[in-house]
Amino acid sequence: MASGYLLRLFIAGHTPRSRRAIADLRQICQEDLGGRYALEVIDVIENPEAAEHEHVVATPTLIKELPPPVRRIIGDLSDHDQVLHSLALIPVGRGHA
Amino acid sequence: MTEPVAGAAKAPTGVAGLDEMTGGGLPYGRVTLVEGGPGAGKTVLALQTLVNGAREHGEPAIFVAFEETGRRIAANAATFGWDLDGLQDDGLFFLDAQPDPGMAPAGDVDLGGMLAALDAKVAEMGARRVVFDALDVVLAFMDGAAARRETCRLHNWLLERGLTCIITAKAPGYAGVPGMDGLGFMQFMVDCSIELSHDTVQGISQRGLRVVKFRGSRFEENQVPLVIGDSGMEVAYVPRPEGANGPVSNERLSTGIPRLDSMLSGGYLRQAGVLITGAPGTAKTTLCGAFAEAACRNGERTVWASIDSPPDELMRNLSSVGIDLASPVSDGSLSIVPARAIAGSAEIHFVAIRNHAEAHGASCVIIDPVSALAKSGNTAFSHSVIERLVDWAKGAGVTLLCTSLLDREIPETESTPLQISTLADTWIHLSYRVQGGERNRGLSVVKSRGTAHSGQVRELLLDDGGVTLADVYTAGGEVLMGTLRREQEQARRLERQRAADERERQRLRLEAETAELDARIRHLEREREYKQAEQRTVTRQDAEVDRERDAMRRERGRWRHADRDDHAGTVGDDG
Repeated sequence: MASGYLLRLFIAGHTPRSRRAIADLRQICQEDLGGRYALEVIDVIENPEAAEHEHVVATPTLIKELPPPVRRIIGDLSDHDQVLHSLALIPVGRGHA
Repeated sequence: MTEPVAGAAKAPTGVAGLDEMTGGGLPYGRVTLVEGGPGAGKTVLALQTLVNGAREHGEPAIFVAFEETGRRIAANAATFGWDLDGLQDDGLFFLDAQPDPGMAPAGDVDLGGMLAALDAKVAEMGARRVVFDALDVVLAFMDGAAARRETCRLHNWLLERGLTCIITAKAPGYAGVPGMDGLGFMQFMVDCSIELSHDTVQGISQRGLRVVKFRGSRFEENQVPLVIGDSGMEVAYVPRPEGANGPVSNERLSTGIPRLDSMLSGGYLRQAGVLITGAPGTAKTTLCGAFAEAACRNGERTVWASIDSPPDELMRNLSSVGIDLASPVSDGSLSIVPARAIAGSAEIHFVAIRNHAEAHGASCVIIDPVSALAKSGNTAFSHSVIERLVDWAKGAGVTLLCTSLLDREIPETESTPLQISTLADTWIHLSYRVQGGERNRGLSVVKSRGTAHSGQVRELLLDDGGVTLADVYTAGGEVLMGTLRREQEQARRLERQRAADERERQRLRLEAETAELDARIRHLEREREYKQAEQRTVTRQDAEVDRERDAMRRERGRWRHADRDDHAGTVGDDG
């Protein structure tokens, strides 16, 4: 098990969808990752070069940089199971079941 | 930077034919949707429009690539000879936006990320044109409502910035393509919509382009053939000539066969569409050769699309009947295009021939045989291509000579595979006639608009001295050719000789009879003179007799009176 998660969330402005995504992600991190994470939120309206550089098309986009492999998921992250499955995140307390 | 202008303004695409179809190009500062199946040419059309805008109209452009990477698209474009590297520095920018293959949606998404990145780029470059290539790829991650919302957002974003935009998408119906909710919905929003098709008909690729809608502009509504060639996309659109298409010529071009010239009162009309039909081997190509040779000699630049035989073979074959094409080819006036090299459908041939004719500056174009075009795919399509070919030739002032195979021998009941016969101004039919164990070639002029022409069948004679036409003989309702014609000629000659001899004899006889009559007249006249003389003699003798009698009477009287005077007493005796 890796020591921690590096997550980057791209949002486009502080829209309800963006806020929902941030809230959902924080909840997942607290509940399922046990706080072992670093989260960077990037607003592409303020930082379009980052969006271009990372080829971010749809927002919100979540990129899991660490641990490898790099995984990418789009959407407001309201579907927690899909987020966990897609990012191959192993929830604390469930992984060794 | 060009300011967005009124809705009627057009952004030229640089796709030959498409700008003519739409009266100048795509709606300027508006959105055009290009839909089509795989390989229909969506990306080519979009990229060509951007390249044209950046290069010819100073409009920087952004290409958002959802499906292929910008680098691959640039590599593909290099085959069209587009120097994208040169343009990429300041005129054309590729934004790679391919979704991560492992990416999955988890909840609602929007296109805000892309639009933010684009906003920065548009401002930085002063971009005026933008392409979203394969938008369906990104819409596939959304549910119906989200797809509708995001296409709407995208559309508004574009309109606010006055960008001339092409959105390409696979036509709904292909696997993984969003249906009515996303792109179908977009059909109603955009100002212009273009549909590309790519089918095969009898194994032949047929591409087509149709402008489905174009707000605020007239446009060609029919599907038009599309060609993706060496230098990009071209639409085989030839506008119908409106009304009078330039001055109508009365000039005649020699057919290369003097007798045929006189049959057509001087030759083919300039700008005419001439059709030569006939079964295989009836010398259709030879007639083309005679025309080409004569035309080039008279300074007409000529293009010959030889669909069945390669140029060398053609020149060799025609030199055997005294037609020299090598000289006009070497002096550059004649260009023979081996059209077999052009693979593909009728419209590809058409565009290739037209381009070649225009590049050559041709005033005469020969297509031999035009019926080969019908073999390549859809006959109905081919027919419209031929129609356009004829229209184009008329519009461009080109004299067009086409040959066509006919299976049957009776041209009156025949419609050629392409029905070009109704379009042709002059129609010459060549036929075989098998008679007395021989095949001979016959030539007749079926129709010739605006030309008094002979309706008689002539025999076409080919030998190393060239092409000539001979009179044919009709005997017992049959047209005679070949040996039968020569026999007939001989018989006619003998007949004429006999008739001449007979007349001579008759003349002599009449002369003799006249001479005899003259002699008789002279004889009778002499006889009359003799009779008259005799009559005069008789009359004189009669007169003499009368005189003598009178004299004798007087004498006798005198004697009587003397008697009376001597013997007076005897008077009573006498009384």
